[in-house]
Amino acid sequence: MTSILTVDDSVSIRMAIRIALSGAGHDVAEAADGAEGLAKARDAKFDLIITDLNMPNMNGLEMIREIRKLPIQAGTPIIFLTTESDDAMKQEAKAAGATGWLVKPFVADHLLKVTRKVLGG
Amino acid sequence: MSGQDPAEAFRVEAGELLDTTEQALLDLTHQLGSRDLIDTVFRGMHTLKGSGAMFGFDALAAFTHHCESAFDRVRKGQVRATAELVAVTLSAMDHMRALVDGQGEQLEAESAAILARLQAAIVTDSEASGEGDGTVELDQPCAANPWQVHFRLPVEAMANGINPLILIDELRDLGATRVVALTQSIPALNALDPMQCHVAWHVELPGDVAREAIEDVFIFVMDEMELNIDQQAQAALAEPDVTGATAIADPDLAAPAQAALVAAETAGNRPAKAVGESVRVPAERLDLLMDRVGELVIVQSRLAQLACGGFSGPAGELALRSISEEVERLANELRDTMMVLRMVPIAALFGRFRRLVHDLARETGKTIDLITDGESTEIDKTVSERLADPIVHLIRNACDHGLETEEERLATGKSAAGQIRLSAQQTGGEVLITIADDGRGISRERVRAKAEANGLVQPGQVLSDSELLQLIFEPGFSTAAQVTSLSGRGVGMDVVKRTIEGLRGQIDMTSEPGKGSVITLRIPLTLAIIDGLLVRVGSGNYVIPLSAVEECLELSLEDDIRSRGRSMIQLRERLVPFLRLRELFGTGTRPDAFQKIVVITTGGQQVGLVVDQIIGSHQTVIKSMSSLHRSIPSFSGATILGDGGVALILDVVQLVALGQSHEERLRAAG
Repeated sequence: MTSILTVDDSVSIRMAIRIALSGAGHDVAEAADGAEGLAKARDAKFDLIITDLNMPNMNGLEMIREIRKLPIQAGTPIIFLTTESDDAMKQEAKAAGATGWLVKPFVADHLLKVTRKVLGG
Repeated sequence: MSGQDPAEAFRVEAGELLDTTEQALLDLTHQLGSRDLIDTVFRGMHTLKGSGAMFGFDALAAFTHHCESAFDRVRKGQVRATAELVAVTLSAMDHMRALVDGQGEQLEAESAAILARLQAAIVTDSEASGEGDGTVELDQPCAANPWQVHFRLPVEAMANGINPLILIDELRDLGATRVVALTQSIPALNALDPMQCHVAWHVELPGDVAREAIEDVFIFVMDEMELNIDQQAQAALAEPDVTGATAIADPDLAAPAQAALVAAETAGNRPAKAVGESVRVPAERLDLLMDRVGELVIVQSRLAQLACGGFSGPAGELALRSISEEVERLANELRDTMMVLRMVPIAALFGRFRRLVHDLARETGKTIDLITDGESTEIDKTVSERLADPIVHLIRNACDHGLETEEERLATGKSAAGQIRLSAQQTGGEVLITIADDGRGISRERVRAKAEANGLVQPGQVLSDSELLQLIFEPGFSTAAQVTSLSGRGVGMDVVKRTIEGLRGQIDMTSEPGKGSVITLRIPLTLAIIDGLLVRVGSGNYVIPLSAVEECLELSLEDDIRSRGRSMIQLRERLVPFLRLRELFGTGTRPDAFQKIVVITTGGQQVGLVVDQIIGSHQTVIKSMSSLHRSIPSFSGATILGDGGVALILDVVQLVALGQSHEERLRAAG
């Protein structure tokens, strides 16, 4: 069982992600902002982290930079949520150490596809 | 809302995708050159193929692939979109539906047949336009030179979560035949950071793989990496110092093996057709429901607190009453929110009929325009599904019998194209659906002759116009002079009427000779809960659906005595027959001093019901009757009252028919 952390300040997005991923047999942990996400990433190794970029209490970019400094999360894929148009943000997040992105709005299929893409199988 | 099974979710999504793609195809028949529409069709198929392959619908993916490549050529301007191509693609869509459902026995034979037609549609066109080389094939497996893909990931790729093995696995899934790791750039061991990526790869892929599919593999690292995708004959693969070359399979051997695998999966992996139905619910509606549930939990804790603390005196009573009010409000809101969850726009239902009309027009050789209106009207999902068959039948009838041939229309000064207008609108607790055509209308003479021949009416019997039209809905009636393949499939208008009434709806028809016919369906918004009028007859409680109630009046003693003989009451300038429910139900009780009449109406006919007491309006949750009682006419269900008692729900249609037949008997008796 793979463990996945989803970081988003929107309850419904977290819920959608949790339902889709746990439906596919993944173990899903949740965090409501960057600070909480970073705290959880310090405590346990995740196989994948999915995060929003715009969040209160430490935004996604900052959190990604911090997580990349954690030995426990070495090589952990980090997927961020973005909108189609926001190319500058995409580059910035990539530079911060993100692995890939998922364009909003997304359906469960896209999420699972991206998950499979970075986790394999 | 299962939502836990991705394959099921795919089925739902594929259904929607097929619907939108079909709509685009139908639009395409009118504007064959539209790039937008061609793109929409292409994208729809592309998504269907991709997701299908993801969830194990391999036969679907393989089949869709051919349609997709056909439209890819259209998109690139190599092939022109023709009516024939659209028609073939439409039947291909039907086939895809069957593949999504995993049903049907000769699916593979059918696949081949449709693909052959598709190919024919393309070949003839490219030959006619003179652009093609005359031997266009849908797809050229292994005809093109193999792809030579050379790539090197950024050094920090692994640290940023990219796993090169997964990328190579993805390339293998595309059919990579050879993967060679180029290890020259790996630094000496003492300088090596294990999280850095220093290996480059060379991969050979079959030539029929789409370039985009290869690029897709690298989508996350494309901007930072070295990537070279080439289709030249045997590029510089054979570097002298290459080690660890991994030959996967010979493409010529792989192809038949894969075909066999697909065949095996289609045979063995056919999911059952009737999977649990699911509804797509917009997130904000779920949020609303969540809010309500949250409030309910708060009220519950208030109640628990009150119960533990022991309440006494006026203050306690007041608190209890306020909680009770709160619960009542929440229950109402929860009910409404819950009901809204089941609502879907009627557009999906209407969308299906565009295809139907398109096919009917082809079959009958008529030109038919379908105009739809009010597609955003929402209706219960179950109701929407159960409406499909009756409306299909009504549209068939309108196209087949209602609309004239082109020559006939032009001869009577109408436009050549017949028109079917389908509209929906919400009025109160009902949805009004009308199916109107501008055809020849219904011939009263033929209806009458037919009804007399079938013994439905006596020769010479006087009938009002609406009564005459109602005969069409009688069992065993069919106006078609000859049974054609379109209508007259053994299902008559009586079945349509029964289905509509089964939904507690009503069907009405008006028709003007030479101008066309209009059929109106009145369908309740939902099946589960109705607004009812609670009445008492003798010692029993009964519910009358409020939507049928026209007015309530008092039956004065004089009127009662005067009307003894005929059971008619003067209602303004009309005489309305009425039924004494007390006698009908044989309550054996004495009538109340002040009896009431509830006037109900359905299908333009009125009847009064005499009751002892009108208690008031009542939110009625409909429970079906036990199988023992189901056959009793006059009742359509039962409900449970606040005090735990049972009230039967009166069947308005039956009672009105009963009242009218009483009236006729009395009239016949003189």
